[in-house]
Amino acid sequence: MGEITYLEAIREALFEEMERDPNVFMIGEDIGAYGGAFKVTEGLLAKYGESRVIDSPISEIGIVGAAAGAAHMGMRPVVEMQFIDFIANAYDMLTNYVATARYRAFLPTPMVVRGPSGGYVRGGPFHSQNPEAGFIHTPGLKVVYPSTAEDAKGLMKSAIRDDDCVLFFEHKYLYRRIKAEMPAGDVTVPIGKARVAREGRDLSIITYAATVYKALEAAEQLEREDRLSVEVIDLRSLAPLDDDAIVATVKKTNRVLVVHEDTRTGGIAGEITARINETCFSWLDAPVLRVTAHDVPLPYAPSLEDFVLPQTADIVLAARRLAAY
Amino acid sequence: MARSVTSRGAGRRASGAGAPASAAEPVSDISLTREQRLDLYYWMRLTRSLEERLVNLYRQTKVVGGLFRSLGQEADAVGSAYALRQGDILSPLIRNLGSMLVKGATPVEILKQYMAKADSPTRGRELNIHFGDTERGFIGQISPLGDMVPVMAGVTLTFRMRGEDRVGMVYVGDGATSTGAFHEGINFAAVQRCPLVVIIESNGYAYSTPTSKQTLAKQLVDKALGYGIPGERADGNDVIATYEATKRAVDRARRGEGTSIIELVTYRRKGHAEHDNQSYVPAGEIERWERENDPITRYLSRLADEGVSDTEITAIDERVQREIDEATDIADASGVPEPLDALVGVYAEPPTAEPLWFREGRRAAVDVNERAAGWGTFDVPAKGDE
Repeated sequence: MGEITYLEAIREALFEEMERDPNVFMIGEDIGAYGGAFKVTEGLLAKYGESRVIDSPISEIGIVGAAAGAAHMGMRPVVEMQFIDFIANAYDMLTNYVATARYRAFLPTPMVVRGPSGGYVRGGPFHSQNPEAGFIHTPGLKVVYPSTAEDAKGLMKSAIRDDDCVLFFEHKYLYRRIKAEMPAGDVTVPIGKARVAREGRDLSIITYAATVYKALEAAEQLEREDRLSVEVIDLRSLAPLDDDAIVATVKKTNRVLVVHEDTRTGGIAGEITARINETCFSWLDAPVLRVTAHDVPLPYAPSLEDFVLPQTADIVLAARRLAAY
Repeated sequence: MARSVTSRGAGRRASGAGAPASAAEPVSDISLTREQRLDLYYWMRLTRSLEERLVNLYRQTKVVGGLFRSLGQEADAVGSAYALRQGDILSPLIRNLGSMLVKGATPVEILKQYMAKADSPTRGRELNIHFGDTERGFIGQISPLGDMVPVMAGVTLTFRMRGEDRVGMVYVGDGATSTGAFHEGINFAAVQRCPLVVIIESNGYAYSTPTSKQTLAKQLVDKALGYGIPGERADGNDVIATYEATKRAVDRARRGEGTSIIELVTYRRKGHAEHDNQSYVPAGEIERWERENDPITRYLSRLADEGVSDTEITAIDERVQREIDEATDIADASGVPEPLDALVGVYAEPPTAEPLWFREGRRAAVDVNERAAGWGTFDVPAKGDE
């Protein structure tokens, strides 16, 4: 079995879950005949037909709401947002309806909303967003955002099998750049568990999605040039957060840098920092630092996008400050 | 001349019980002078040739993002926008380069915008034809579809509140008619009797989705009945028919008779964007439209019947080519944005964000001391641009 891309890993999970459970079905714009804007769902229509792979009108409110209704009836819908930026249209449905359904009405809503997310691709303000923070803030929704092909597949399987709504963010920069060989058999990755992407002793970088690779690059450079041993934690799940993994790395290295591609204000780095302060402040040898995107809409021009988004050099600079504190 | 079957719907009203204004309306003066008729040809040719130039630049990787074509839809864009006058405001969609040119967008702006140049209308912030200028009368779209319908309801509500003699126009595709924003926006405009013309460009596909999977309505103009407003359907590949139908709706709006829907039937001959190979289109369909129903070919034949000479047409073609060449040189020579410009203009006050701590020592954006109000679209006069 050869290596497959992050994108193919997601597709493989969709095929396997549709095969395993007849209640699983797909709904989204251009996902059938065209196979999706990024071809994630390519081939599903041919195998499972129009009744389980539904090309929808341009109606994010409609398809997310319909998925919720089907989920109440025992189906397990997987909804594609053509770009995750358009999840904003379904914000009301997700936050007011779906997220509260179990709590207020005891209605199970096992559904997945997935879509291509993130920048570094010159997509401009409406094809580059990382809107996870608004949903992490909403009790009742789970949020995952994998960085590796194995996790993309394993988390997708877990998301589809989860009895609550899971928002599954896929990083479009990673779609075809990241490859791995898949483990044999039906392997799931648990929601709510972080992963140690690199072991280290001197300081920790907590991150997820595309910036995992920037953190790993920075870690290599810091080892080479500064003889620093950097640990990199890939959160994988943003809601629920893996508090145990965060506390463990704080206690191990005593210095923490949180990195994300999302904008700074209200981003998850603030939440992680607060939790560290509450639970293991006395283990810190330095204040927790953040490297994030600037608080501006994401611009189109390469020079502008590169400035707004966090880069490897920023992580190196921040890590050096942390190490020297 | 050869016409497609769809053009038979031209001029058909969504009359019936629910469409009050379609009967007994005053006849507008919709005659066009010979000069205006040649003008229409110029805008259509400019639209097509400018997009062809963009294809070349795209292949040279000078276009940073995706490229969106309106090949075969030039008549609906140009003919509808031509029904407006100065002071009116339209909001185009992704196939409405022609509408924007008519309203005063220049080729050099379009080229710089696609090439993400520092002095592009959005200074490198936005892509393709996502830009506007309220002075010249167009407001830029965003990617989520249908969103501009309620926005244009508000623009035209303002015209009405201020007692101004101005009209608004908003374009949506067949796809956007499925959105909540379209429905809420048009219903609000209708109830408020906003002077708004909603153009539905029915071009057969939304990305890969055929209109038959978008709606079971036999024709999109039928939606007008549900909103209690007049609707008219016209052949969008006939620039004169498009102009006339739109002009009737514009005149109604200007007389204070509220919102209308105009459905323009056309066909999208290229993919959603340049990367799209159109594998989902039935064999022969694109070729048939190209052969039988090209809006420019059709219009040229009409102009010839009206006595326009080849020499006059050639002169326009040469002018278009010259203007595009000059615009390309200017756009090509333009620089890329300064990184720190990214921080300017999120709010009116403060005018710029500070670089985050890990970018300390790079304060140029703060030092230019420009305020956000000055960062809208601006027009760089360019030789040879209208």
